[in-house]
Parts: sequence; structure tokens; C-alpha cells
Amino acid sequence: MKPDVSPPGKPLVELKGISKRYGDLLANDGIDLAIEPGEIHALLGENGAGKSTLVKILYGVIEPSAGEIRWEGRPVAIASPVEARALGLGMVFQHFSLFDELTVAENIAVALSGDWNLSTVRGKLGEISRTYGLALDADRAVWTLSAGERQRIEIVRCLLQNPRLLILDEPTSVLTPQEAEHLFTTLDRLSAEGCSILYISHKLEEVRRLCRRATILRGGRVVATIDPRASSAREIAALMVGNEVGRVRTDAPHHPQGEMLKVGRLSFPPVGLHGQALNGIDLVARAGEVVGIAGIAGNGQSELFAALSGERLADRADAIVIAGKACGTMGIDARRRLGAAFVPEERLGHAAAPTHRLSENTLISHAAAEVSRSGFILVNAARRLARSIVQSFDVRTPESDPQARKLSGGNLQKFVIGREIIRKPRLIIVDQPTWGVDAGAARLIRQALVDLSREGSAVLVVSQDLDELFEVADRMAVIHQGTLSPLKPAREWTKEAIGLEMLGVAQAQGGAHAV
Amino acid sequence: MRFELTPRTNVSPVMRALAPVAAFIVSFLIAGFVIWLMGRSPIAAFEVYVTQPLSDPWSLQELLVKATPLALIAIGLSYCFRANLWNIGAEGQYVIGAVLGSWLALRTHGTEAGLWVLPLMLLLGIIGGALYGLIPAFLKTRFGVNEILTSLMLVYVAQLILDYLVRGPWRDPKGFNFPQSVTFDPSATLPPILEAGRVHYGAVFAATAIVLTAVILGRTLFGYRLKLTGDAPRAARFAGFSSKATTMSVFAISGGLAGLAGISEVSGQIGQLQPSISPGYGFTAITVAFLGRLNPIGILVAALVVALTFIGGESAQIMLKLPLDLTQAFQGILLLCVLAADALVSYRIRFVARGGGK
Repeated sequence: MKPDVSPPGKPLVELKGISKRYGDLLANDGIDLAIEPGEIHALLGENGAGKSTLVKILYGVIEPSAGEIRWEGRPVAIASPVEARALGLGMVFQHFSLFDELTVAENIAVALSGDWNLSTVRGKLGEISRTYGLALDADRAVWTLSAGERQRIEIVRCLLQNPRLLILDEPTSVLTPQEAEHLFTTLDRLSAEGCSILYISHKLEEVRRLCRRATILRGGRVVATIDPRASSAREIAALMVGNEVGRVRTDAPHHPQGEMLKVGRLSFPPVGLHGQALNGIDLVARAGEVVGIAGIAGNGQSELFAALSGERLADRADAIVIAGKACGTMGIDARRRLGAAFVPEERLGHAAAPTHRLSENTLISHAAAEVSRSGFILVNAARRLARSIVQSFDVRTPESDPQARKLSGGNLQKFVIGREIIRKPRLIIVDQPTWGVDAGAARLIRQALVDLSREGSAVLVVSQDLDELFEVADRMAVIHQGTLSPLKPAREWTKEAIGLEMLGVAQAQGGAHAV
Repeated sequence: MRFELTPRTNVSPVMRALAPVAAFIVSFLIAGFVIWLMGRSPIAAFEVYVTQPLSDPWSLQELLVKATPLALIAIGLSYCFRANLWNIGAEGQYVIGAVLGSWLALRTHGTEAGLWVLPLMLLLGIIGGALYGLIPAFLKTRFGVNEILTSLMLVYVAQLILDYLVRGPWRDPKGFNFPQSVTFDPSATLPPILEAGRVHYGAVFAATAIVLTAVILGRTLFGYRLKLTGDAPRAARFAGFSSKATTMSVFAISGGLAGLAGISEVSGQIGQLQPSISPGYGFTAITVAFLGRLNPIGILVAALVVALTFIGGESAQIMLKLPLDLTQAFQGILLLCVLAADALVSYRIRFVARGGGK
């Protein structure tokens, strides 16, 4: 790490009156923000509050309409990320920018300028992976990696450039508590070494764990700069969303009934060299309950989702029974007709087509439903359906019936979940329901899932966010290396017990990779 | 210095609509420059290529005649291209459609076969083209073979089959050893729409295909399925659309329409089989499909525009002694300009000084 050369007491970077206007929308409105050397500064706010815009301005991705950036007291114009990196900024984006076909090492080398080549990258990668506990196999192709592993690449990529200011956007969304704690230690160490960190997160507890100061944005303005340790998470959340955030209500009477999903000895060989096999998964989800599945990214969650949804077919029909019908060999459409609904992890490209309008996107899971008749699309019905999803699930859209990609992550997720819930499915299977989603949207989504279960549907939630699982799940299990632990009532699990299950796996995997 | 393409955030629909027009103008300028290099007057060439055909009734008919196969094939290709499947072999499907349809014409030649011959020939043309189109589709879905290569290579196979047939078993015994079949009977000939006119019923087929396709692509689940497969393949699988079934069906459709174009052309225009039954319609239709932005109405307009270059090219050959290759070069230039215009509408070119980031 480079020595801290900025004069003591002077901020490393200072934003003064930053504004950004898009047509009528003022995404940033006169924002002031100062980050001291070595400080871990939190940037908090709902989706649409202007965090991404501000950070992109700082990182040179977009140009501010007004305002000034000072770096070590000196006014600078950051015209591109290349210039930002030259100044000493590093950024880990929430949405990954990786080439699927290239390996981990190649992806890192591509992003680096200067005297890097593949072998120096490989060497340094190993070093950083070990130092910061970010296990990565340099020669794996990115398309074989889970979201969590992809994020590790982004983090390592930044650390390789010895940044003076590291910007992290939702870095822990896919980490286990132990991994997150490990990352916090890393960040504490970076901060002690003089590197400043701008930390964007929706997880209030970890902001309080990590940050000395937090700037809260709402509607493009700074509403408060506070010491997060002096305020409770609920107070901070209230500042962010403008009204107090309640907890998800799960106390409604709950009497699980018939088995809506029964998985028996479901096994799959791995797909591709690095795919995860599924080993004899047994699982039951009953009407009226929420079943949670915890686990580190890449332990078979996406494989399990593909098997349950029917995107990948089992060799035995009775491996998967939905609403009493053995359907292991039936495709996703047939399973939907049995009353099942599915929400995959990736919003853009999997759950929704980015360039298609919301009304068109209703067709993706409603092909058999009311938006079409004898093969013809009922355009007006599709528009009505999209509108009622938007209204019922508080999806904020920039225009009526926009393209899916124009929605922020949280709003698109509300739409995608709403699209399934509005069908009143008897069984819903959701992979990472709130990954990268702001606190308000996450609460709405969790509440909607819990409400659906209390109305008599079975809900299966696969998530890496333990807080979320403890909030919504009635029964829980942990998946590790394609094997599912027994399902136990949520209150019989402790966070530590779950984390250890997950971590034990992490260590075993790290060993396997090192060989 | 290097340059990079950065996506434009807001693309105005006007720009998008004007892009093909701009592409057309630019390709005229380039072609004019080439003609000037060849020592001819670009102004005279423009007159021969554009002004004359559009002011002469015979040429206007000829325009429809040439646009018919282009539109039929390009409409079929639009199904493939929308789903991001690259059928480059429409020329071969056109030839095989023509061959299979002509087989019936030759079998019934000289007999008193009635009105059923022609419809059955057309049907055989569609089937032949569709089956031939299904070969690359099958190879892709079963073995993962790249459809661009197989469909393209099968063009040459089809052309050699045709060549063999007209020089060998199907040669007209009274044809003074010319490599051509007998002339089809009237019952095997696609009649002109107007008596003594040149435009045959193929134009009606093309118009029907355009209207049907507009409905299918815009209003049916099948049309949405193609769009979704092209734009977001994982979402298409999530929607329950099998990519294999999609591949097979679009290749069958585009092959069938190319086959229909082939048999219509042979039975309506040429009247017999000969070694060359197409001035490259199957390849030019790729340009037409993109020039028309894979939109049925756009394809109709593009087919007429490109047909103009065929007619203009023929007269330029006669009147200006410009080689026919120039027409093909012009079609190529046009396609490149259209693709470039599309890219420039969606992206902005930014010049970046090298080394700034180091």
C-alpha cells in the first residue's frame, strides 16, 4: 500500500455541490461529501436515492452537471474510470463487468493497465486471495462461477491496483457471515494502512460494525451525515426511506398442511468441469410455510433451482413431486400449470428480458395464463397485468410500461416477484429474493412471500442472506457441496451453527482448489 | 490513439428510422466514387441505376418480379435472424425447393395431368426447401455444429445437385445438348397475375407471407418466443420455450419460404430448370432482411430497393459497360453501410488517447 501523503486532517476526496440532471429528473442535488484518509465512510440510501449516480460521477463514468471534486484539496476533473484509477480510485460494482468466456486471471489481466501479464497476475492473485481470504481459482472460466465467486474477482481486481480509495457497492450480499467478517477485517486493515473506503450497503448492521461516518441520501440529496454507531439500525433505516421501516410480520397463525413440494433422492452429475453435483437431496415444503435454504454461493443453489424449476430435467419423474404430481421429467411450463412459480437469481436475462417492455415480460411466466389465447398475445391483457403488478408491488417506473433494463434492481425484483405472486401460485421457489435490493424493497418482497405462505401456499427461499432467512423462514436447511442438511425449524438453528455448516464447506473447497 | 464504442443512453426513434436512409446515401456515394475511379460518370450511372428503372413501366414490372423472391426469402430469414440463428443457406434451400417442385413438372410433362399439378409443385417446393433447411438445424441441435458453416456449405451441394440433374438425367433430349430441362407444360407454369404481364403469382405469395409474418411476429406467442430467444436466451428457456424446437421451426419456415421462392421463380419466370436459376437471391435476401430491420414492412421496402440495384445493374452492364460484379459489390457496400449505420445509432465513437491510463 502506498504511504498516505495527504496532509493530516485534510480530506482525501471532497465532493462539493455535485448535481446531476437527467431531463426533468435531478438524480443528485447539490451533494457534499468528504472522505478522510483511512476512513471507512458509508453511503446509504434506497435504490433511486442517487447513490449509484454519485459513485459513477466519482469514478468518472458519468459527468456531473454541476459541482466540484477535490482530490487532496486539488480540484480534479475525472473524465473516465481510467483517470479515476490513475488517481488511485478502485471500484467494486454491484453488477459485475466480467467476460464469461475468459478465466479469472484473464479477466483480471484485461482490466489492468501497465506491466501486468498473465503470470504476474496469477502470482499476485494467489497472494491477495490468501491475504484476504478470497478463494479463487485463477484458471476457471467465469461462466462456471457463481455470483459470489464473480464478486470476489471484482474485489481482487481492485486490490491489485493498490487503491487509495476503494468504493464497494453491496460487497457482502453474497458472503457468509464468516466471510463477511473476514472481509471486514480486511477492510479494517486497509483502512489502518491509510486506504479510504466508501462503503455502499443496505445492511445497516454491518455499516454500524464497520463505519465511523455514514452519509444518507434520499431523493438525490444528503439527508444526514451521522455516526452509525450512535444510532440504531431502525433509526438509520427510517432516515433512508423517510418513514419507519417495520419488520416483516411472521406472527400470523401458521398451520402447515399438504405437501406442495416433495423432493426425493434428487441427484445430478455436475454440468461442465466445475459445475456442482447434487447428491440425494430430500426436501419437503408444505402449504402454509416458508422453507429457507442457506449456503455459500456455488454450492449447488443454481443447480437445485434449475432442477426444481424444470429448466433441467431429472431422470425420474418421482424425484420431484409438485402438488401431488410426479413431475421430475416435466418441463418448466408443465410445472407452472401445476401451480408452481419460479424466480431465478439473475433478474436481467433470466427472469426478465432486458430490452423487452414490462408487458412483454409478463409473457415469460404467463405463457399459459390469461395474457394469451390460442397462441395469440392479448396485448391489452398483458399491459393490464403489468400495470397491476406495478401497482400492487409498488414498482417505481420511469415511464409507463418501460423496458425491464430501465428499472433499478430493487424495482425490477419487485416486478419479477410480483409477476409470480399475482398468479397466486400453490408453490413458489425463489432464488436470492433480495440480492442487491434496497431495504424498503427487500422488506416488501419478504412480506409478500410470508403473506403468500400464510394464505396457504408453500414458499421455498434459497438465500445467502442469513438475516433474511431468519426473518422469513419457518424451517431451514443448509446446502453445501450439493448436499442438503436436514430441515429443522428456524428457531432450532443459530447463526453460528449455520455459518459453521457453510464455513466447513468453504474450507473443504479451498483445500480442493489448492490441490 | 484508439477508438472505442460507447453505448448511447437515449436513441431517438427518428435517428433509428433514418439510419437506413443515411446508409443508402452513403453507399451511393461510395459506389459513385468506385464508378468514377473506373473512369465512368457517376451521374450517368445514377441515372441508369435509379432514375431510368423508376420511370419506365416495363422496368417497374421487372422491379416487382425481382423483388418477389427477395421478399419471400428475406421474410423467411427474418424468423431465423430474430431468434439469433444464422441461416446463410437460403440460396441452397431455394435451389432444392425448385428442384423438388420441378421433379413433378418433369414427371407429368407431356401427360394430360390437370390443375392439381401446380399446387402440388408449390407444396413440394416448400417441403424441399424446409427439409433442406432442417439439415443445418438438426446438425446444430443434435451435435452443436455451427449453423452458419453448414447452411452455407449446403448451398454449394444444392447447386451441384442441380447442375448434375440438368446436365444428366433431367436434360432435355431434344435440347441440342444444352444443360437444361424441357420447358414446363402450361399446367406446371405459374401464370402471370395480369395477362401479358410479367408479374406472376409469386408476388401474391410474397405479399401474403408479409402480412402473415407481421401478424405472427407481432401478435402471437410464437413470434414472442423468437424475439425472446434472440434477445435473452436464458429467459426463453425460463419461459419454457425449448431452444431446439425453436431452431427447427425457424429453419423449416425460412427454408420453406426460400423453396417456395425457388419453385415460383422456376415455374413462373424461367419455365424450365437450368444450371443457374438465381442471380444470388438467397444471399442478397440477407441484405434485404437486415436493410428492412427484420420487420415485414421494412423487408418489403428493402426488397424493392435492392431489386432496383439488380435491374439498374443489368442496364448499367449494357449501357455503361460496367461489370455485373459491381452490382454485387454495391449490394455488399449497402449491407455494410446499414450495419454501420445501426451501430452508429446505438453507439458513439470515442477517440481515446493511448497511454493516458498508465
